[in-house]
Amino acid sequence: PVKMSRRPEHLNPPDIVFDYSIQNLILFYDEMEAKKYAYSTRMMEIQSKMSERAMELLNLPDHPCHILDIGCGSGLSGEVLTENEHVWVGLDISKAMLGVAIEREVMGDLIYADAGDGLMFRPGSFDACISISVIQWLCQADKSHHVPKKRLKAFFTSLYRCLTKGARAVMQFYPEHAQQVTMITNAAQAAGFSGGLVVDYPNSTKAKKYFLCLVAGEPNTRVQIPKGMQEEGKEVGGGGDTVKSRQWIQKKKESARLAGKKTKHNSKYTGRSRGPKF
Amino acid sequence: MRLLTHNMLINPRKGMESAYPLKLFPTKVTKEEVKFNPAFVVNLIPKIDYKALLYAASCVGMKNLPAQLPQKIDATEHGDLLKTLHHALLEVHVEEGKLVCPKSDREFTIKQGIPNMRLNEDEV
Repeated sequence: PVKMSRRPEHLNPPDIVFDYSIQNLILFYDEMEAKKYAYSTRMMEIQSKMSERAMELLNLPDHPCHILDIGCGSGLSGEVLTENEHVWVGLDISKAMLGVAIEREVMGDLIYADAGDGLMFRPGSFDACISISVIQWLCQADKSHHVPKKRLKAFFTSLYRCLTKGARAVMQFYPEHAQQVTMITNAAQAAGFSGGLVVDYPNSTKAKKYFLCLVAGEPNTRVQIPKGMQEEGKEVGGGGDTVKSRQWIQKKKESARLAGKKTKHNSKYTGRSRGPKF
Repeated sequence: MRLLTHNMLINPRKGMESAYPLKLFPTKVTKEEVKFNPAFVVNLIPKIDYKALLYAASCVGMKNLPAQLPQKIDATEHGDLLKTLHHALLEVHVEEGKLVCPKSDREFTIKQGIPNMRLNEDEV
């Protein structure tokens, strides 16, 4: 059987996918499907949590700032900004999502636009930029004239321009594979940004979150990138044992055993380096 | 759309960055109260193109902005001025209307307070 992709960007372009999600919401209100309800509130919770984490990484000054929200959707991330008294402008490619944002009476200003075409703001317009679960869409070619590299370049160069000097941009995203991460970070670097990737919970497949933390300007000063969050009890940084060490091998074997796979038993030879060969 | 956002907006099309400010043709303007924060307005001033703000304010029928801003603005000394700026930048919303690029005459419609800045395929 053909496996359906779980990544929404594989199914349809963003403006259409989100329209579908809203249809589902309407369906829910008709059918009162409890399961779907739990799912969507869980989604909302995750979105808000990620926005809060992004806020933390932005490390904004105490006074209110003018902030750009790329892919604001229904305004969940914006609400976190409003709570902290910041003034924000939100951009989204989905009319339906913007419609929900209007209904929810968000405090930010909304713009219907495609970030992949480049942003439409004067230089130095914003003190910071936030984006939740959006930029992986830019790696997708949804229309015949879409070239991912070109879209990423247009996005990052125009973003760099519209931020004030030293402003931060924090973007949470879901990379499909390692190449996509390189593609995105390279495009950001080429646009002049410094900074790097923060990975929260790197050892968990479910809780793992990627945050691209960028700083506009000052490429000469070394910027301290915050460390990713870890599960409790685990050490920060490094992410565990060195690859191919004895401990690492034993852990691997343990998880393989748990998965019911055939595994060689542990002995004093496990993970020992072999002697020289003739 | 706030006048603050209008002040930042340019035509997203390549090569049209200098065509500023976008002409504003409002058909419906509303007012919405926002908490006044003098420090925020003071921080905004260097970001703002004041000429463009004067233009946008005249488009929505606001006439109480001074022709020029004082060189140094202090939160306590210029309280009234900051309040007027706060009102113009954050509380006045263009609900319906259109924006027009002064160079290319490209129109961007504003519906329900949301400007449509999406480019067509041949403009990218």
